[in-house]
Amino acid sequence: MRSRGWLSGFRKPETWFAYGFIFPWLFGFIALTAGPMVASFYFSLTNYSVEQIAGLEKTSYVGAKNYRQLLEDEKITLALENTFIYTVMMVPATIIVALTLAMILLRVGRAGDFFRTVFYLPQITPPVAVGILLLVLFNGQQGIVNRGLELIGIPGPFWTTDPEWIKPSLVIMSVWAVGGTMVIYLAALRGVPQQLYEAAAMDGAPAWRRFKDVTLPMISPSLFFTFIILTIAGLNTFTEVYTAYFGTGSAGAESPEAALMYAIYLFRQAFEFFNMGYASAMAWLLFVIVMTVTLVQIVVSRRFVFYQGSARE
Amino acid sequence: MSGRVRKGAPALVVAALSVVVVASIASAKPAAEPASEAGAAQQRTLNIYGYGPGDDVAQTRTAHNQRVVGPNVEIENPRGGFNTQAFLAMLASGSVPDVMWVSRGLIGSLAARGALQPLTSCIRKERVNLKQYRGAALREVTYKNRVYALPAFTNQITIVVNDDVARQSGVNPNRFNTTSWRKLRQWNKKMLRVEGGRVTRIGFDPKIPEFFPLWVKWFGAELISRDGLKAKLNSRQAIAALSYTYSLIQDHGGWDRFKAFRDTHNWFGRNNPIVADQIGATPFESFIYNVLANNSPNEELTARFFTNRRGGPITLFAGNGWAIPRGAKDPDLACKWMKADTSVEAWVAAARNRLNLRRRQGEAFTGLYTANKRADVKVFEDIYQPLGKRQFDDAVKLLVRAADFGFALPPSPGSDEFRQAYIDAVNRVLTGRQSPRQALNQAQREAQAAINRNRR
Repeated sequence: MRSRGWLSGFRKPETWFAYGFIFPWLFGFIALTAGPMVASFYFSLTNYSVEQIAGLEKTSYVGAKNYRQLLEDEKITLALENTFIYTVMMVPATIIVALTLAMILLRVGRAGDFFRTVFYLPQITPPVAVGILLLVLFNGQQGIVNRGLELIGIPGPFWTTDPEWIKPSLVIMSVWAVGGTMVIYLAALRGVPQQLYEAAAMDGAPAWRRFKDVTLPMISPSLFFTFIILTIAGLNTFTEVYTAYFGTGSAGAESPEAALMYAIYLFRQAFEFFNMGYASAMAWLLFVIVMTVTLVQIVVSRRFVFYQGSARE
Repeated sequence: MSGRVRKGAPALVVAALSVVVVASIASAKPAAEPASEAGAAQQRTLNIYGYGPGDDVAQTRTAHNQRVVGPNVEIENPRGGFNTQAFLAMLASGSVPDVMWVSRGLIGSLAARGALQPLTSCIRKERVNLKQYRGAALREVTYKNRVYALPAFTNQITIVVNDDVARQSGVNPNRFNTTSWRKLRQWNKKMLRVEGGRVTRIGFDPKIPEFFPLWVKWFGAELISRDGLKAKLNSRQAIAALSYTYSLIQDHGGWDRFKAFRDTHNWFGRNNPIVADQIGATPFESFIYNVLANNSPNEELTARFFTNRRGGPITLFAGNGWAIPRGAKDPDLACKWMKADTSVEAWVAAARNRLNLRRRQGEAFTGLYTANKRADVKVFEDIYQPLGKRQFDDAVKLLVRAADFGFALPPSPGSDEFRQAYIDAVNRVLTGRQSPRQALNQAQREAQAAINRNRR
């Protein structure tokens, strides 16, 4: 019996020792993650709002009302559409740029350390500052981006005001902070055995073939990892966009619908419009979407990700 | 594993648990030490939220209020403004403040949900004279015939006309008004400048979506019923107002160009849009004259009323007020505080202090504009000193009069969602996604649904 085997493990002091070490994390996970998740699912089936928080009214069970409202709310469709479009653009763009930079850094010798730091700096820029910076850099009339484009004869678009260009500008700002992904790729690239390249070269494989048949398979676990992480980050994107377009005091405080990301709409429902039960239902819809997307990625990845020591399907 | 480790393992587990438990206990708020019988009877604490510490005006008022509530009252006034997320956390934990400084636009939503105490007994017990407050500001905090907050500032809106730009364009700044939309559009076209496809000067900025209610009021119409329960966002007047203000922006070549240029403006610097001739005229809140008087005191400008279709002045009020949350531990003390803070004496003390401060700093003082009518008269007549600059002295006189023509959106159970609905509608029109009629029809549906959902 598996449970009896698990319980018998507690006869050994090592088991207590191990659980002692993981207890702080376990406590944090239960109290700060699992607990709120269960609570939010409960709230998603209720009319939870300010009255209930203040203890003025009892929390009433409303069944699937909040979930039905999700289907009727036009803004949900809009926010999901914005979020998907942003994620679909941001994930490949980040992976391509990060991988390109990592491959360049691998070849620049000692200067690589310096550039690695330089490329990583945007990653440690506070997201709120990035949001403000976005409005300054991408201003359609005087922004540095458009001024740069003008120098090469390209009339820049109105990035921050034209609904068609708001999401591309957000993607470019995300790609600017590509340092974290780049560092992961750099480590993965350094782990590729040189003899594989030498063998491929001896077989007469050109650079592109070496990249496609050696580099990509060997770093595929890292690519897969970042693919999943970036997708989840994209679907949850909030701070930079909120600061740029929805936070009070920003230049673009008119809250354009083209920038309404799902997490922002969720936040507004909860903390600006006080519809906590509805916001909880929104959170669960997002959770289901993220889980589904991630599971699909995992299933599909089995054909493409190569783990050393395992047979490729 | 060695024997020593085996023996030590259970002890280590206990130690780890102890650390977590001790840390939890240590992080918990220590219980208040029992005060002496006499001390407990006299000493009181007033917990304020969303106010502290504020600028010199707020600090002077705090000092005045402290004198009113008495020396035995300890004022807890933590740094930072009102934040709904933090307020909800306070409600959930049961540690609500006694009194809070909150946007009047939020009062409807909070009052409808029972998060605020009606001030009926406060007004009666403390004999708060409601007649001293401006009617529009008071209506902004009155939900279902109950007052839920005492209003502070008004931030009335008037039109700032850039004299240089107006004269160069053949527009008389002293006759500038919004009475005739045909004329206003002509003036807009005369003053704006577009060079090489770029806006280099805004003619007249209608300031939508934020001032959209003002444009609807031009007709004498409202965006929402007086009781705050019926949205009127797709009225004939609202559609006409949006169509017209949109046309003023379209005259500049479209919203994209217009906003991209407007986003580069810095109204708080020495090279502000008036100095740089980047704008002809625009409606603005009262504080801008103080900013301009200090940053560009010699720049010629004219303050004008925003006028309705009959030529009468109108202005939109906005600002904060004092409210007592449900569950406040000392509502009587809170009531005393808010009465003191919105009194003539508090405003006069704040104005006097600011005048002296500005004199010492060599800066201008253009008055305080409050929801207390009597205080405004007193500040203007007894404290305000003309700057000797025609444009700002005239502006101050106009601001004092403008406050008599103020209106505000009445509180509604879905105030924030209602506001967001019309802001989104205006944005959809500005970005060319919908016609004014389509956008406002959608806004009407959204706003009314929010009101219905939230009404009690």
